[in-house]
Amino acid sequence: MRHALLIAGRDLRERARDRTAYLLAVVLPLGLAGIFSLVLGNLADGEVFHYVVADSDRGEIARTFTGDVLGQAASSGAIEVRSVSSEQEARALVDDGAATAAFLLPAGLTQDVLAGRAARIEVVGDVDAPTGTQVARSLAGSYADRLAAVRVAVAATVHSGVTTDPSLLSVEAAAALPQTAVATDTTARRELDAKTRYAAGMAVFFLFFAVQSGVTGLLDERRTGTLARLLAAPVRRSSILAGKILTSVAVGLVSTTLLIFATSLLMGAHWGNPAGVALLVVTGVLAATGVMAVVAASARTAEQASGWQAITAIVLGALGGAFFPVAQAGGLLEQLSPIAPHHWFLRGLADLAGGGSVLPAAAAMTAFAVVTGSIALVLFRKVVRP
Amino acid sequence: MTVLSCSGLRRRFGDVLAVDDVSFTIGEGETYGLLGPNGAGKTTTISMITGVLERDAGEVVVAGVPMSTRTVAAKRLVGYVPQELALYPDLTGRENLRFFASLHGAARSRVEHVLGVVGLADRADDLAREYSGGMKRRLNVAIGLLHEPKLLVLDEPTAGVDPQSRNQIIENVRTLAAGGMAVLYTTHYMEEAERLCDRVGVIDSGRLVAEGTRRELVERLGERDRISLQLEGDLARAAAVAGAVPSVHGVSAHGHGLELVVDDAREALPAVLSAISTGGAVVRAAEFDEPNLETVFLHLTGKALRE
Ligand SMILES: Nc1ncnc2c1ncn2[C@@H]1O[C@H](COP(=O)(O)OP(=O)(O)OP(=O)(O)O)[C@@H](O)[C@H]1O
Ligand SMILES: [Mg+2]
Repeated sequence: MRHALLIAGRDLRERARDRTAYLLAVVLPLGLAGIFSLVLGNLADGEVFHYVVADSDRGEIARTFTGDVLGQAASSGAIEVRSVSSEQEARALVDDGAATAAFLLPAGLTQDVLAGRAARIEVVGDVDAPTGTQVARSLAGSYADRLAAVRVAVAATVHSGVTTDPSLLSVEAAAALPQTAVATDTTARRELDAKTRYAAGMAVFFLFFAVQSGVTGLLDERRTGTLARLLAAPVRRSSILAGKILTSVAVGLVSTTLLIFATSLLMGAHWGNPAGVALLVVTGVLAATGVMAVVAASARTAEQASGWQAITAIVLGALGGAFFPVAQAGGLLEQLSPIAPHHWFLRGLADLAGGGSVLPAAAAMTAFAVVTGSIALVLFRKVVRP
Repeated sequence: MTVLSCSGLRRRFGDVLAVDDVSFTIGEGETYGLLGPNGAGKTTTISMITGVLERDAGEVVVAGVPMSTRTVAAKRLVGYVPQELALYPDLTGRENLRFFASLHGAARSRVEHVLGVVGLADRADDLAREYSGGMKRRLNVAIGLLHEPKLLVLDEPTAGVDPQSRNQIIENVRTLAAGGMAVLYTTHYMEEAERLCDRVGVIDSGRLVAEGTRRELVERLGERDRISLQLEGDLARAAAVAGAVPSVHGVSAHGHGLELVVDDAREALPAVLSAISTGGAVVRAAEFDEPNLETVFLHLTGKALRE
């Protein structure tokens, strides 16, 4: 073990002098995660929209809109909503740019809806914030669509004469509304927010490059001749292997930890509970080391190994959802996704964010590490075999 | 005392029998040269002796410790200077030495010592990649000396270096051998082998084809030193007086010259010259031809040592 530590220590010292190593392990993933979340990150994550609501109706339908529809959108962190007392005040805030958009709920909205009459929610948007206005319109629009359905139902009920009590109808109609919204929310909570997703995706994608150096170093040393020196030294062959694996694991842990801090501080990513994240990172690093070790051990030269490793990292990264959520792609891609450790890393983080357990994901990555690690050890014997 | 004893070494790579039944021994303080053309099997032999490469057959014993059963203990006794420059270019000279010193369990003070021995003390904190070719070669040698091995194995340690570094390395090896270290040395430079080696083994196509001191090898081939003289005067009389000198074994005349077969050309020359001038002839030119390892080598392998 002392020898393994010596070998890993030397590797790391050399590695610490290699500027491209930092670029690959920290700067590049951080930059890409930032760019992805800026360009592709969903709007809700990009910036927070400030909305104001002027409720001149004060009826059941208006309360459902402000309380449930806007309330839920606000709880995701994507928007901020506050109530103002009058339409004038709302319009003034939008004109000043203090609010992105205003929802104006006209007096008599509830009555109109329950009477089966056309009703409308007016959206006043800031011309300088087209996206925020668009989001406000679609929130109001989808509610209006549902109101239309309720109106038809109400009209039908009234005509059929089953019940004519308006207050009863209003309760029924209101109860029918928020259900879909609640249902979407539970699935949404199992997903990472966009920033964290891109940060985690890039971190796990580049992790596979970060761990490359240690295990491929063995082939490098064979080429440069220093492996002959290690083999001639009074050191067991297993210590040489262990040293190389230790290097990979150390570089993987350090670069991922740096990325977690950097994306949290610079991008505002929410990685979640530190103990859970730590378990995922450790098992993820082991799995990545194992996979890359198998590839390195199957190659004849360090150059060949690097090429194959890059392909492996990209294919597994894409399958595992490091770039885009494959679950949305569906089909074969979604079914194949679990063969990539990336899938489990991201899933573990999503489970963690959703209040679930990271253990299934951590167990899956441990299994990856054990299987690939064993294969790699058998293959690597060939490299250090006398 | 025998420091290295290898017997029946054999190693095959696919269809190539790289080393075939090679046996030799090296004693304390002895420098043994392994000579052979490219691809003869020198590096393969050395790799088996240093425990870097597995043997198909044969045994290596270093100072009584068998490599097969007590591998780590045997390796402790061997210092290895590989043919390739086996250095970490992104570490300084001192860091390279410190790493290998700790791997061998050698004291830190040895690092400073060997830096002095190979003359790199003032450049010790420069990155190895910034060293000149000769400095890299010297660092390559220094690493092999760190743990004061009983047997030092050098595989072409002077390949492609300037005369200054070459001389430094040769002097280092001489000093170490004088201190009792057994040295196994391969080279393509014949003059180096003649300067340095007490005994040489000639290897060709994996087989050790001859072994001994330079003189033993030369004599075994029936080769003798020769002196060629260009003369003015009575050639027949000159041949007669030269033939009477005790160390001269044969005389033949051709044109204006004589060719003498002698034991040792340099030793015989003064006596030959004085005999001829007493005989009344004038020597216009003298040349000697000492059959050397190059000749031996050419004779044994049919190849020049350097191609
Ligand atoms: N790892 C290997 N795999 C396959 N063949 C090898 C290997 N190492 C050496 N050989 C072959 O074994 C033979 C002996 O090679 P070796 O390197 O021992 O020669 P050498 O005497 O050191 O030559 P040189 O003077 O060029 O260094 C050559 O034919 C070489 O091609
Ligand atoms: Mg060689």
